[in-house]
Amino acid sequence: MSAVYVLVETFKGEGVGASWEALGVGRTLADQMSVPLTALVFGEGARAVAEVAAQYGAEKAIICADATLAEYRLEPYAALLTKLVQDNAPKAVIAPATSRGREVMAASAADTDSPMISDVMGLTVSGDGKLTAERPAYAGKVLSDVAVEVDGTQFITIRSRAFKANDLNAGATAEIEEVAAALAEDAIVSKVESFEEEAGSVNLADAAIIISGGRGMANNPKDAPADAEDAEIWKAQDGFESTLKPLADALGAAVGASRAAVDAGFIPYAHQVGQTGKTVAPDLYIAAGISGAIQHQAGMRTSKIIVAINKDPEAPIFKMARFGVVGDLYQVVPALTEEVKKRLGN
Amino acid sequence: MNIAVFTRSTPDTAAKVEVDGTGAVTWGDAATVVNPWDEYALEEAISRAKDTKGKATVIAIGPEMHNEALKHSLAMGMNEAVRVWDAALEGADALAYATVAAGVVNKIGDVDLVIAGKESVDVGTDQHIFQIARKLGWPMLSYVSQIIELDADAKTIKVERLLEQGKQVVTSKLPAVISVMKDINEPRYPSFIGIRKASKAEIPVWALGDLGVTLPAARTRVVTFKNLPPRDTTFELIEGGSPEELAAKLLDKLLEEKVL
Repeated sequence: MSAVYVLVETFKGEGVGASWEALGVGRTLADQMSVPLTALVFGEGARAVAEVAAQYGAEKAIICADATLAEYRLEPYAALLTKLVQDNAPKAVIAPATSRGREVMAASAADTDSPMISDVMGLTVSGDGKLTAERPAYAGKVLSDVAVEVDGTQFITIRSRAFKANDLNAGATAEIEEVAAALAEDAIVSKVESFEEEAGSVNLADAAIIISGGRGMANNPKDAPADAEDAEIWKAQDGFESTLKPLADALGAAVGASRAAVDAGFIPYAHQVGQTGKTVAPDLYIAAGISGAIQHQAGMRTSKIIVAINKDPEAPIFKMARFGVVGDLYQVVPALTEEVKKRLGN
Repeated sequence: MNIAVFTRSTPDTAAKVEVDGTGAVTWGDAATVVNPWDEYALEEAISRAKDTKGKATVIAIGPEMHNEALKHSLAMGMNEAVRVWDAALEGADALAYATVAAGVVNKIGDVDLVIAGKESVDVGTDQHIFQIARKLGWPMLSYVSQIIELDADAKTIKVERLLEQGKQVVTSKLPAVISVMKDINEPRYPSFIGIRKASKAEIPVWALGDLGVTLPAARTRVVTFKNLPPRDTTFELIEGGSPEELAAKLLDKLLEEKVL
């Protein structure tokens, strides 16, 4: 019997949040197609994650905890997904459009010559079971509707925060099937030498709240130490660390940045929001000292509430904002941090 | 070491892109530029090919507008350029693109490394990049922020990859496909001499028949392009008082909106 598959992503033996959103989409599709929803969980802790997947709506799970899958690599993950698709011909495979989801799904769709639509924000299924999806194009400046044209397994990656996860049903369980890996270690040419974990503050795609800094971060009133290589860069870096970060910590937010701030060397590229950076869709986006160039807007315009804090009342960012404060971010942000701590405690 | 880069012409990043009354995507009279992510791929290819006394080839699959990106690539210092176009490619999806791209790499022959920019901004995807690797049967290393080692003799590569949770260092064998991030380098500007040379370059155009590949039928089709739904333009200026008062007023509003 055919099914809808959801590829659940794990990190250090735990499910990644965006996967539960994918299971939400999978549940809806499986119901519409009258087939079971099967979670695929590969790697360390697969069984425990499959049990959580059941609570998010999967009635079956296929797991593989083989040592070759312990540390994520494209080759063994894609080979196993391809084998499962070839053996079982599911109606659709859904995965979050994370770094990993994007490449595993595209690779397996290529292996099986299957249709794939990536970065999906909306999904409809027609009477014959073919999917049509809404997705961004031209760096998010326009949208497109893309339709699957052929029969066979349909590969879909969904954009983070575009769909809601189902509520957790603590009593639900899944029928779990364990399968063998598709590739032996000596058939895998890529080898992971090391992994350096970065503290959670960079995962912008999943963040419910983001506070971003721009060029205006250079207006830090603090004096740079005499031995600073570049006073402007030092001021801006200090501003991200001692002005934005405390607000982010108080709100449980991620720290973002404009391209101008990244290019000026104020903060690493991993924080960049906008074209040539990340596209984000938080509930709350606070833009501090960001003018709001069209490239930046493309990356954050689907945020629910945008707050602009900028000295320049003419800055384009105010045209997108729900709330604006014309003022010095180095005065407003610390005051906001104190107020948040006072009222929300922590 | 011979390196190939795929590129395309895309609207200038500052251009306002819209869907017009006929349903076509337009960017007014804004210029097209080399796909912004590809500049990093081109820079890496030019410097790595030079270091290893190899050749760097730039390829575009698409109609004539993509010559723009190829000329820019030549002006930067890529050694050769090829454009692939065939009427049958109209409306091609990622899988068809990847099949053709793999055919081009095989026809060029003796390619050790394909470098792609992280994604193409026009189609808004990176799907085709991973699919090129699979159609070639080569390993794929994506989101590369640094090539740590590239050994032309031993045919190995070691890279740092930038992932959501951190940085991964991976080794692999060549030939391989990699996609690179903005962190990897500082792309050069085309030189005056480069621009002059590129403007005179005759760029060969290969058709599907030249590649010996059979184009797979499109699996997906863009039904329509749409403008973004208008944003609610309600704007409220928080004003009056000290920073503390502004902060308190703003926080009241955010709590009312239930986003905290």
